[in-house]
Amino acid sequence: MSPSRPKAKRWRAAALSGVLISALIGVLLATTLAWQGRDEPARDPDSSRSAAPADAQTVQQGAYLARAGNCMACHTSAGAPAYSGGRGIETPFGTVYAGNLTPDLQTGIGRWSADDFWRALREGRSRDGRLLYPAFPYANYSVIRREDSDAMFAYLRSLTPVHQPNRAHDLRWPFNTQAALAFWRALYFEPGQIKVEAQADATLLRGAYLVQGLGHCSACHSARNALGASNPLDLAGGLIPMQNWYAPSLNSREEAGVMHWPLADIVALLKTGVSARGSAQGPMAEVVLHSTQHLSEADLQAIGVFLQRLPEQASRLPEPAPPTANRAGAALYDKRGVQGYGEQGQGVPGAYPALAGNRAVGMAQPVNLVQMVLHGGYAPATAGNPRPFGMPPYIVDLSNQEIADLLSHLRSSWGHAAGAVSAVDVQRSRAQPGR
Amino acid sequence: MARTAWALMLICLSLLAPAAQATQIFEDSMAQRSLACTHCHGAGGRAAPDGYHPRIAGKPAIYLYNQLLNFRDGRRHYGPMTQLLAPLSDEYLLAIAEHFSALQLPYPAPVPHKSSAELLERGRTLALQGDAPRQLLACAQCHGQRLTGMLPHVPGLLGLPRDYLNAQLGAWRTGKRRAHAPDCMADIAKRLQPQDIEALASWLAAQAVPAGSAAAPSNAPRGAQDAAVGCGTAKAPQRP
Repeated sequence: MSPSRPKAKRWRAAALSGVLISALIGVLLATTLAWQGRDEPARDPDSSRSAAPADAQTVQQGAYLARAGNCMACHTSAGAPAYSGGRGIETPFGTVYAGNLTPDLQTGIGRWSADDFWRALREGRSRDGRLLYPAFPYANYSVIRREDSDAMFAYLRSLTPVHQPNRAHDLRWPFNTQAALAFWRALYFEPGQIKVEAQADATLLRGAYLVQGLGHCSACHSARNALGASNPLDLAGGLIPMQNWYAPSLNSREEAGVMHWPLADIVALLKTGVSARGSAQGPMAEVVLHSTQHLSEADLQAIGVFLQRLPEQASRLPEPAPPTANRAGAALYDKRGVQGYGEQGQGVPGAYPALAGNRAVGMAQPVNLVQMVLHGGYAPATAGNPRPFGMPPYIVDLSNQEIADLLSHLRSSWGHAAGAVSAVDVQRSRAQPGR
Repeated sequence: MARTAWALMLICLSLLAPAAQATQIFEDSMAQRSLACTHCHGAGGRAAPDGYHPRIAGKPAIYLYNQLLNFRDGRRHYGPMTQLLAPLSDEYLLAIAEHFSALQLPYPAPVPHKSSAELLERGRTLALQGDAPRQLLACAQCHGQRLTGMLPHVPGLLGLPRDYLNAQLGAWRTGKRRAHAPDCMADIAKRLQPQDIEALASWLAAQAVPAGSAAAPSNAPRGAQDAAVGCGTAKAPQRP
């Protein structure tokens, strides 16, 4: 027994209480700050309604920008009227329900002014000063230009009001308190923290604005810490919370980086969901369906140029375990997979992507592959690719072990050298489907 | 030893041969595009032998279209359907619905089930005559005199497994299965008792599908079918 141990214990206790006390002070300070924020000068609640209605062109521009921001994806519940809110966004801390953005006076944004809307985007505060949850990506939105905010507001005001009371968030203590949010913001948020770098090129600037700002790509394509915070400038890949999909790094060639793609292929992927070099699947398929396919050629090119010039970084994923040949998987592939993808994993151009050389197959993180085989999937049905081919869901007829074997076989074939997939990996996605 | 190895290899090769012959060749068709559907619903959408994934072949196109929308938009719940349909457009869902609707495949004979004569009679009465005191319309009122459906969007009720009918009527009754408003079927199902559902499912599943079983056109001179007009259906997308 070491004689210094009781001393160390005392030290640890002292350090621990120190941490607790500073945390408490932090919370108190932050709470005070939050409440200070509530003491906003009272505004005329009718100011926005007395304003002249926006012209048709502004409304149309606002509709376009709302598409670019894919606001509808979160602010519309399945089967409900567009923008009437109520969709639950699952987070590790509980479920956050998106608000009603239609101009209903009681339940929507009917009493909001353009200033209120602008402040919500920039500062993450509701009309009454309440702090909003960062599931609403205001760290990204804080770069949105005032005229774009006003156009989106004009568009939302032009919608038919839907009476749909906002649903209370279902979050665990302490995450359900304004104090916790204030504390979180003190650590991770500062209004206007992203400054789109002063680049001479207008195309690059526009691309940065769409990717880092309005399009909030980092909401999925960056890793979140234990408190759910991510860097709005980071695009180096991350697991999408609660969805069992991995949004791959846009900085790495081994993942989803496009620095070596021709611009036309990047544009095609975002416009149609498919390209000569890959297709959009899972959550990205929905982003293409609802958002990027509607963007102008110029904006898609700007996004493409910005993505091409992202600094290249090695994948942050851990080195995969050495591949092992999997005979059971090879037999299953011969029986089930070979029809669609061919003996050499070559795929069918325009219908089934090649498995050989496919980055999704060889990526260290196998969760997307598991999703595809378990639940199947279609590329998005877009104007440019209206009738995509589909992958059947094997959840009903293959066991976890069979799917693990099949994927381990693919990951050790045709030059791939990614690690084996285990039955536990498959069970995780089976038990908690992505949607 | 070498001879055994040769024999084994020959056996293996002969086992491989039929599999190689069965390999489908890729074709640019709706059948190829909807392999994700037929994987569970059987070749051509003839139903899976499991009794759970129903026949979709030959059902009215607008009925199928509505069900695809219902799964995608959260009015019906089945994980694999929801995830598959999430990135698909209304237009494509209609095209898939029309593809399966046009496939006329023979129906299998009803699977025998030991139900009491009393239960079957109760099912028959409910299906064909309804129960006026309880304000229960007969199934035939909307689903056609022969229960083979009414165009454009009311499905036939024959040729479906007992378990499937039981599960669907139960889901309508508890609100788990829904349709576009006005959701007439939900109103009716909520008035059914569990024993009514058992009787209906048992009797319907025991009926052979009559020859020429396609759904009747909606302009058939039957006033009663008006009850179903506009029930539980979305407007199909406009074609250019």
